[in-house]
Amino acid sequence: MATATIPVEREHYLNTDYGIRSWLLATDHKRIALLYLVTITLFFFLGGFFALLIRLELLTPAGDLVLADTYNKLFTMHGQVMIFFFLIPSIPAVLGNFLVPMMVGARDLAFPRINLLSWYLLVAAGMLMLHCIFTGGVDSGWTFYTPFSTAFSNTKVIEAGLAIFIAGFSSILTGLNFVVTIHRMRAPGLTWSRLPLFIWAHYATSIIQLLGTPVLAITLLLVVFERAFHLGIFDPTRGGDPLLFQHLFWFYSHPAVYIMILPAMGVVAEIIPCFSRKRIFGYSAVAMSSIAIAVFGFLVWAHHMFVAGISLYSAMIFSILSYLVAVPSAIKVFNWTATMYKGSIHFDTPMLYAMGFIGLFTVGGLTGLFLAALGIDVHVTDTYFVIAHFHYIMVGGAVMGYLGGLHFWWPKISGRLYPEWLGKFAALTVFLGFNLTFFPQFILGYLGMPRRYWQYPPEFQVLNVLSTAGSTILAVGYVLPMIYFLWSMRYGKIADANPWGAAGLEWKTSSPPPTENFEEVPEVTWEAYNYDEIPSPEEVPVGR
Amino acid sequence: MFDNFPLWPVPASSGAGNVDALFIFLVLLAGFMSLAIFTMIVMFALKYRYRPGHKAEQIEGSVPLEVTWSAVPLAIFMVIFVWGAILYFRERTPPREADAVYVVAKQWMWKLEHEQGQKEINELHVPVGRDIKLVMTSQDVIHSFYVPAFRIKQDVLPGRYTTVWFHPTRPGVYHLFCAEYCGTAHSGMIGQVVVLEPAQYQAWLAGGITSGSLAASGQSLFQQLGCPTCHRSDVQGRGPNLVGVFGKPVELEDGRTVTADENYIRESILSPNAKIVSGFKPIMPTFQGLVSEDQLTALVAYIKSLSQPSSGAAGPATPAPRI
Repeated sequence: MATATIPVEREHYLNTDYGIRSWLLATDHKRIALLYLVTITLFFFLGGFFALLIRLELLTPAGDLVLADTYNKLFTMHGQVMIFFFLIPSIPAVLGNFLVPMMVGARDLAFPRINLLSWYLLVAAGMLMLHCIFTGGVDSGWTFYTPFSTAFSNTKVIEAGLAIFIAGFSSILTGLNFVVTIHRMRAPGLTWSRLPLFIWAHYATSIIQLLGTPVLAITLLLVVFERAFHLGIFDPTRGGDPLLFQHLFWFYSHPAVYIMILPAMGVVAEIIPCFSRKRIFGYSAVAMSSIAIAVFGFLVWAHHMFVAGISLYSAMIFSILSYLVAVPSAIKVFNWTATMYKGSIHFDTPMLYAMGFIGLFTVGGLTGLFLAALGIDVHVTDTYFVIAHFHYIMVGGAVMGYLGGLHFWWPKISGRLYPEWLGKFAALTVFLGFNLTFFPQFILGYLGMPRRYWQYPPEFQVLNVLSTAGSTILAVGYVLPMIYFLWSMRYGKIADANPWGAAGLEWKTSSPPPTENFEEVPEVTWEAYNYDEIPSPEEVPVGR
Repeated sequence: MFDNFPLWPVPASSGAGNVDALFIFLVLLAGFMSLAIFTMIVMFALKYRYRPGHKAEQIEGSVPLEVTWSAVPLAIFMVIFVWGAILYFRERTPPREADAVYVVAKQWMWKLEHEQGQKEINELHVPVGRDIKLVMTSQDVIHSFYVPAFRIKQDVLPGRYTTVWFHPTRPGVYHLFCAEYCGTAHSGMIGQVVVLEPAQYQAWLAGGITSGSLAASGQSLFQQLGCPTCHRSDVQGRGPNLVGVFGKPVELEDGRTVTADENYIRESILSPNAKIVSGFKPIMPTFQGLVSEDQLTALVAYIKSLSQPSSGAAGPATPAPRI
């Protein structure tokens, strides 16, 4: 299906081969990135569909749209699909896969076949998850709290647990590939201090994936064993300890938050300098704060358990450590903001997402301070306050970062430009819809509405209606980019190698890049974000 | 306040106002910080927007600034930490002489029993102005006892007791929610806490049908199960004398010292060999599976009552009808 209008098409990674085998057996990191893109987009819309059903159920105080058991499955599967099959793979597996080798000036990741294997693992896990969903579903909550999950739920806990267990290996292998690639395959001259911050963020993420995910795998396996073979690990009637499960689960699942948000921080650290035409403010502070987050992130897990029955003093230790991890996040926000100072700022779609990210992440981070305060947490934990807080981080942060990155690198990925005005419109829609959906939930939470409630007292209705209204706007904002990205692949304007005038090795090769990424091995003689040496696109007009 | 659109939960306990105070401080702080960041973004966006011929000024960064915006937030965070920890310490430390109510949670209801023997389901009557301590356990999965008006929440676990306490200050009817997801009817596992004026509370107590105080039913159970053969109160038997034990440190055979609280008594009934009192032999049989959660709380209440000088002096709220 070569386009007839272009006489001689330059060869690139998309047109070298069109056969189905060339995709399913691809070892090119760029093609695998696209396989991931298709896979996680399907899961994103599946998880989003569950979310819409949840919001519709909560439109009225009575439980009248779906049955209680159905509702419990909906929020469980919304969480599992969104976290394990969308957010965790999102930026690393799609943008990271596509960009990490290009940004370090390599031909591919260190282990191309393992990269393909990790996609197949995610697909296998996804198939198992879909089978679980379509043959009855699971209602344990995404957190699998015991003894409910091991001894009381009569849904498909084992299947969901195994699906996530397998997905974990996909995540571990991707992390391993990144760590080795970043250590061993940097182009000549590309020292650690010249690496893009996107790479630093992915390096920190990969370390968490490597060290944290095995703990989740073991924990889920123990849940499966206790459920299947009635071992007494977590169930107190068989001599187990339900709190042990929570410790093990959160030991992974709190750092997992940073698996989701750090890559988005990396994206923002690329976009803001580009559209401010400036070197990032405080390069090493931003780079080191990623590592600090990865390290401190492992030391705060029990802040999910302040009312779970842990001792007074361990709660105090975990509270103070939680405040320490907030410092590197604050450093990042201040440095991004300072980067805009005395810049020459362009408001293209990626920049709108990045600015939205700073705003929403700031709100998400500041409300984290509420939850780390022991006395406040007792009142608001397990309420909608927590729901609002982590959606500001995961959706306002991670998803905004993902969408911003997708818009930023879309010309590189597809070789085409999307319609800019539609991009801006969608970005604003997402921002407004998001705030209308989740801000009322902070108030609901302080009022005391518990999470995971199928029906609720009538005084909470007005805020719930606002939230549901917002979610429909948000849905429009998410569907739009999918439509115009698909449209642009055929009808979008042709993008040149560097349509934004961005720094970074990935922009020094053609769009879309050739399979081997670079015609010759690049040699880096410049610092990262050398925007004083790169003309902005307005100065070198391209067909836009 | 709008009936159908409240923006603030009613504060109805002595601790609620303190939690609200920290919350308001945090709202102001967060509001100020977000406003500062948003203002800077908007100002920079307007002032430094792209103009033809105008170039960005390259700035490397600033170590003094990095230090400032790490150290100042950290200092503020430490203030919040200490403030929050003080509140938590109070929330987690029940006053010694608090009136106990025993709570057994199950899918999907709350069963509550007062020391005087009144039993309630999904409803808790308490007098205004007294310290109330709940001793809670679950028959099945994890639940969580949550009263937003009191700003308290505590998970209720199977296989152990957890406690929470409050001091109601305002008569009224308040929501009781289960806050830890527990299965199908999680959102139906709700009830109410009715805070009454002391006189009304006395009337309520008198009107209730009881089969004697909780400690009394514990005492008869204690007899039925044959406990007094070893745990004698007159001379030293094969088991420790239980009079005056509750709330006191107990020296164990392995040299450790533990406090005889509700969880210790519970464990000693269900797994007697876990902690052997110094000077005794591990000869007590387990009662795991022989006593229900309700019976366990009765036994605990009885053993607790052995440490109170005389139940008549327990305070104005307990001139309960005793049999």
